[in-house]
Amino acid sequence: MIAELGHFALIFALAVAGIQTVVPMIGAWRGWHDWMRVGNIAAYAQFIAVAFAFAALANAFVTSDFSLALVASNSHSAKPLLYKFTGVWGNHEGSLLLWILILTLFGALVAAFGRNLPPTLRARVLSVQAMIGVAFLAFMLFTSNPFLRLVSPPLDGNDLNPLLQDPGLAFHPPFLYLGYVGLSTAFSFAIAALIEGRVDAAWARWVRPWTLTAWMFLTIGIAMGSWWAYYELGWGGWWFWDPVENASFMPWLISTALLHSAIVVEKRDTLKSWTVLLAILAFSFSLIGAFLVRSGVLTSVHAFANDPERGKFILGILVVAIGGGLTLYAARAPSLRSNSAFSSISRESGLVLNNLLLIVATVIVFIGTIWPLANEALTGSVVSVGAPFFDLTFTPFMVVLAMLLPMGAILPWKRAQLGRNLRPLYGVVALSVALGAAVWAFNTGGRILGPVGLVLSSWIVLGAVADIANKVRLRAVPLAESLRRARNLPGADWGRFFAHAGFGLTIFGIAAVTAWEVEANREMAVGQTMQLGAYELRLDAVEEIQGPNYSARRGVFTYFRDGRELGQLLPEKRFYPVQQMPTTEAAITLGLWRDLYVVLGDPQQAGGYAVRAFIKPFVNWIWIGALVMALGGIVSLMDRRYRIAALKSRSSRGIVPAE
Amino acid sequence: MRRFVFLLILVASPMLAVTPDEMLDDPVLEARAREISKGLRCVVCQNENIDDSNAAIARDLRLLVREMLVAGNSDDDVVAALVARYGEFVLLRPSMNGANVILWFAGPALLLAGLGMALLYIRRRPRPVADRLNAAEEARIATLMQEE
Repeated sequence: MIAELGHFALIFALAVAGIQTVVPMIGAWRGWHDWMRVGNIAAYAQFIAVAFAFAALANAFVTSDFSLALVASNSHSAKPLLYKFTGVWGNHEGSLLLWILILTLFGALVAAFGRNLPPTLRARVLSVQAMIGVAFLAFMLFTSNPFLRLVSPPLDGNDLNPLLQDPGLAFHPPFLYLGYVGLSTAFSFAIAALIEGRVDAAWARWVRPWTLTAWMFLTIGIAMGSWWAYYELGWGGWWFWDPVENASFMPWLISTALLHSAIVVEKRDTLKSWTVLLAILAFSFSLIGAFLVRSGVLTSVHAFANDPERGKFILGILVVAIGGGLTLYAARAPSLRSNSAFSSISRESGLVLNNLLLIVATVIVFIGTIWPLANEALTGSVVSVGAPFFDLTFTPFMVVLAMLLPMGAILPWKRAQLGRNLRPLYGVVALSVALGAAVWAFNTGGRILGPVGLVLSSWIVLGAVADIANKVRLRAVPLAESLRRARNLPGADWGRFFAHAGFGLTIFGIAAVTAWEVEANREMAVGQTMQLGAYELRLDAVEEIQGPNYSARRGVFTYFRDGRELGQLLPEKRFYPVQQMPTTEAAITLGLWRDLYVVLGDPQQAGGYAVRAFIKPFVNWIWIGALVMALGGIVSLMDRRYRIAALKSRSSRGIVPAE
Repeated sequence: MRRFVFLLILVASPMLAVTPDEMLDDPVLEARAREISKGLRCVVCQNENIDDSNAAIARDLRLLVREMLVAGNSDDDVVAALVARYGEFVLLRPSMNGANVILWFAGPALLLAGLGMALLYIRRRPRPVADRLNAAEEARIATLMQEE
């Protein structure tokens, strides 16, 4: 019964989205205020209806209602409660419902927080947001209905893919979707602005917080996914350039570019049409990602099982959204002129370079991802594009970006003098190079990548510090005065500091673990000890254990350093009988300086076990860096200028057209 | 269903990527074997190299790579032999031949084009402020004034 109500709520939401598409748009066109206001009510109603449907589906999963086809094929009564709940989005239909829930949430948030927007802009934004809603609700109801019943329900379900029964992956999709779908708001703002024919500093100030929010969640979501791969897939890698990873990475790269170019629009009233284009592209890549993951055109470890009907439907949505957006852009962009010029040495130029590098990096990931398809269509031959390709072609652009970053961030707007403006960075260069050289000298035989990564990383982190020190005039004025200035720096400045420093930390983590990882791979009998770098690892026992919905073989290891016992490691090899699937649970000691990572393999003919162990130096810095980047997003969001700007817009409404 | 069958195949041969019994005693040869393996695709898997894969065929290929290295073949010989058997599909880093040129050079080409366009854009002379408005602008002002 509840499931039927959920189904009905979805149909209701589709109808409401239809109304929200048409009525506010006409209202904005004709200047009818009560028609425009319909957008707000509809946005709330749509959200409540979809939230109800989601709750109904969650209820079916938690109570193991196997009369629903979706629950029967994706859940099991013996599964822990947490995974029954997170199993709601561990499948195509449920994750699509989560996607739509977040889409309508953002619509409702625009209605709630957009009171200061000009009414026509808000009405148009909500209308565009509802168009996306119509497309995806229709997609759900016509091809992927989660509420279908079975005529004869089975006694128990098929269970969730064991790889997904893990806290890291349980909460990875909601974050990722908050990011993907959050970009729809930037898209809606861009389309609405093109219809209005107006892009100005105020517009950029409205778009930036939404983009920042989406970007922040996307950053955390990608980091969680990567962390999950690190500890759950069992071979210690953290990024595989898998099509699904790429699908999440492309919107991240574009939204990073968008964040930066929106600053230029906000501060300097230039790069307008470029910024609008980026806003359209960012969400387009979210949609492309959804298409790649759900259509089955690309095979991947994490893709949902899928059928061609769905692929065609999403392709249709994709063509209409991207094609329509770009057509509108082509028609309207030429009228978005910018008149303020800047010299080739200036922060604007720095940000243009940032955008260029990020876009080229995105294009490389995109072409690499679709190349197997494209090449087969072009020449008929089948090729693979994997990690070695991406490592080789993507990395140089990130290295150049990292080299330019501190300089671009410290240059003033409009016109800069390299000699004078870069002076605060001289010390940073010297220190970073010295640090790298010292490590290189001690690092005999190691790969050059380690020291190089260290130089880049300290250049970025110390560069960010130098930028702040320069801003608060550290040592030029008394310390107390500097501290006062630091307290009064706008949130955006601190946000930039954290975001850039986090990027530096991530680079260091990547370089360090790639260059200095130690691996041991051998057969061990119970009682034997193996050397792993400076550590010894002893296999004490191998035991059979029983979990709630799996059985496992568990190795009991003790690890030592210099003869001192440090602790136990308990890697498992699990077997999930319902899905007939084995998984590898690595044992990991988390640490700031290094992780020990041990995987237990199968019994060998001689009676021992295959054991694979790693020392992963500084690996956690990859994800710490990502969290620090996201923190930068939060700090920047709290900048009071956004609130003041929102208030001020009331008075300046409709006075200064962009042209 | 196909997916399920695929999983069954995986289960039928539960192994852990490179296992100790496969590894060569000579650390230099073994390091070369690992490096080669990381660039070769496990042909029945989804985007996995044979070094990481648990599939039976990946194990066969790892053993083949090592046999060839022990027999004195160069890294290129080994890769060429596998390409001869499975086609370019087996390479995780595609060759730079034929249409793949697009794949390899799209990024750098776009960068150059972008740099050129950015330079043109930045170097453009600031547009002189027009002293007179054109007809369209006059009309727009008129409508704006009416709206106010």
